[in-house]
Amino acid sequence: MNQSRGLNLGTGLFVLLGFAALFFLTTQTTSRGLSLGGQPFYEVSAKFDNIGDLKVGSPVSMSGVEIGRVAKIDFDSKEYKAAVLMHIYTKYSQIPSDSDASINTQGLLGGKYISLSAGGAETYLKDKDRIDFTQSAFVLESLIGQMVANFAKSGGMSNNGAQANSGAAKTDAAPAAEKGK
Amino acid sequence: MKDLWNKILDSVITLGAMVRFLLRLIRETPRALLRVNLIIQQVFNAGALSLVIIMLSGLFVGMVLGLQGFQLLRRFGSEEALGTAAAIGLVKELGPVVTALLFAGRAGTALASELGLMRATDQLSAMEMMAVDPIQRVVVPRFLGGVIAMPLLAAIFSMIGIYGAQLIGVQIMGVDSGSFWSQMRASVGLVDINEGIVKSCVFGIACSAIAVYEGYHATPTAEGVGRATTRTVVTSAVVVLFLDYLITAAFL
Amino acid sequence: MNQPTPIVEIRNLNYAAGGRAIFKGLDLNIERGKVSAIMGPSGTGKTTLLRLITGQAVPDSGSVIVAGKEPSKLTRPELYALRRRMGMLFQNGALLTDLTVFENVAFPLREHTTLPERLIRQLVLTKLQAVGLRGAAGLMPGELSGGMGRRVALARSIVMDPEILIYDEPFAGLDPISMGVILRLIRRLNDALGLTSIVVSHDVLEISSVADMVFLLSGGKVVAGGSPHEMDLNASQIVRQFMGGLADGPVAFHYPAPDYFGELLGRDPEATQ
Repeated sequence: MNQSRGLNLGTGLFVLLGFAALFFLTTQTTSRGLSLGGQPFYEVSAKFDNIGDLKVGSPVSMSGVEIGRVAKIDFDSKEYKAAVLMHIYTKYSQIPSDSDASINTQGLLGGKYISLSAGGAETYLKDKDRIDFTQSAFVLESLIGQMVANFAKSGGMSNNGAQANSGAAKTDAAPAAEKGK
Repeated sequence: MKDLWNKILDSVITLGAMVRFLLRLIRETPRALLRVNLIIQQVFNAGALSLVIIMLSGLFVGMVLGLQGFQLLRRFGSEEALGTAAAIGLVKELGPVVTALLFAGRAGTALASELGLMRATDQLSAMEMMAVDPIQRVVVPRFLGGVIAMPLLAAIFSMIGIYGAQLIGVQIMGVDSGSFWSQMRASVGLVDINEGIVKSCVFGIACSAIAVYEGYHATPTAEGVGRATTRTVVTSAVVVLFLDYLITAAFL
Repeated sequence: MNQPTPIVEIRNLNYAAGGRAIFKGLDLNIERGKVSAIMGPSGTGKTTLLRLITGQAVPDSGSVIVAGKEPSKLTRPELYALRRRMGMLFQNGALLTDLTVFENVAFPLREHTTLPERLIRQLVLTKLQAVGLRGAAGLMPGELSGGMGRRVALARSIVMDPEILIYDEPFAGLDPISMGVILRLIRRLNDALGLTSIVVSHDVLEISSVADMVFLLSGGKVVAGGSPHEMDLNASQIVRQFMGGLADGPVAFHYPAPDYFGELLGRDPEATQ
């Protein structure tokens, strides 16, 4: 009987260790895990011309601080835009209602995220509100397409960088994407 | 040429036999689950006794990953992505696959030789004569022990591997600890963990089934048992790597 | 003279394995309550016969009837129910190596009954006492000698009080003393417990000393059967060769080969190189 007690103990420890490892992997290595308790949030929506490769679960940040997550991405077939639903954590409840949302890239080749910059309104965003000012994603192909086009047009190098940068961010990416292929 | 054809035919026949055996094991599982003690013993044999080799291997693989990963990422100036690289590499691929191969080598051969020896010394026949179904009493508990132990072992391997990579990357090569973990957290999703878990479960079923099949059907001689043990490792390796490709593709 | 039905009836049995016909129209009756010995040269399929009786092998044609039932036609639960009435002693004991002697003997009880621990203990110790190994209850099979291991296996095979006991080469590899012990046990258990014992062996002298009936298998049939005394008087060549342990006779000494002098002198074209 002693032998089976030791056996059960050993097996129990092994199984516990295994589950601890699984727990570690799911919580400490993924971003989901940290909000295990599920922070309370309110919903804010926004429409974009182009979201690039923004994904559900991508962060929503303000001044570089994560204040929420992208919850749902849909296509609005009436306005032909991408409708993005964001979950903003309740503790950030003082975001001016005229703030704008733009889609930026993490690092040079990283994933997309939504960045909010504060507006000047005195009212704040509430649950189910909509952000009206949006900037679409920066798509690499369109930038390159623009650069090549400008390069060919002006035949020089000096102004191309600046022109291409300011032009590409606000341009609809569809035709440029075609050119790039 | 005819030999090759015969060999291929034999392999297909063996594959069919193994799958039928696996189905039989699955059918007998519900009743075998009632003998909890037997299963606990086998989880101990397959899992707890493999811990040392799994943990050591996990540590070394993680350390190599840390070293190689650092060298590679440094060329692109992205050393902080080391955490991501190590975590993804281990959780999705190295963890399940290397653990499965080690498992086949340590636990798989033990299972095959145990059952083969029982076959060779008539213990299985004796049980049948005593009206005890050896499949239920002896084979299924061992099969379940392996199936339960594998995912746990793979998780332990990955966890230790990540710490091994951190040991090299952060403590020794100087990657920022905060970046190591935060970049990892930002890039690794539950999908990746799920892929790893699915793989290790599937590999567990495959390796355990192959091991008990070879042992149970071994020729009842000393060399028969030896051959069965060798075949277990070889077959497990090929099947695991093949399934790895299938599951990776399925998750894309 | 009342002839009760034999407990094992085999009629016109045909069985082939590995491309070779092992039994051709075999007929055999094993009578209840007696010790019957089945003998024959190596390779005549004595063990196969046992497997046909226990249902581990299925005849190609003909019938094998054990205690009124045909093992080859039963469903698995029915077959297991039949096997519980039989006990079998394997050639090398076949004890489960990871259990103690006590646990080995208790194994059938634990698997098939829900008897309380106290009762199991009493039964196991009684059976071990019958084979003279009660003191070895705590040992592991690896610590036993061949003869002791076989005695433990014997205790295990009688723990469920079977009606038929089958011994597969019980004397193989034993020293004379152990052999004598097993012989004595076969006879005593058969009489004390009212069993039918079937012993497969080729230790002619030994088994003849305790058997009631002796059957000689050769060429896939029973070539002779009777009490040991009757077999002694049997003049057929094959019986005389086997009982007397003669090197040559109906079972030839030489394996079939081409002409001897021809091979030596190279007249056989295939032998020349």
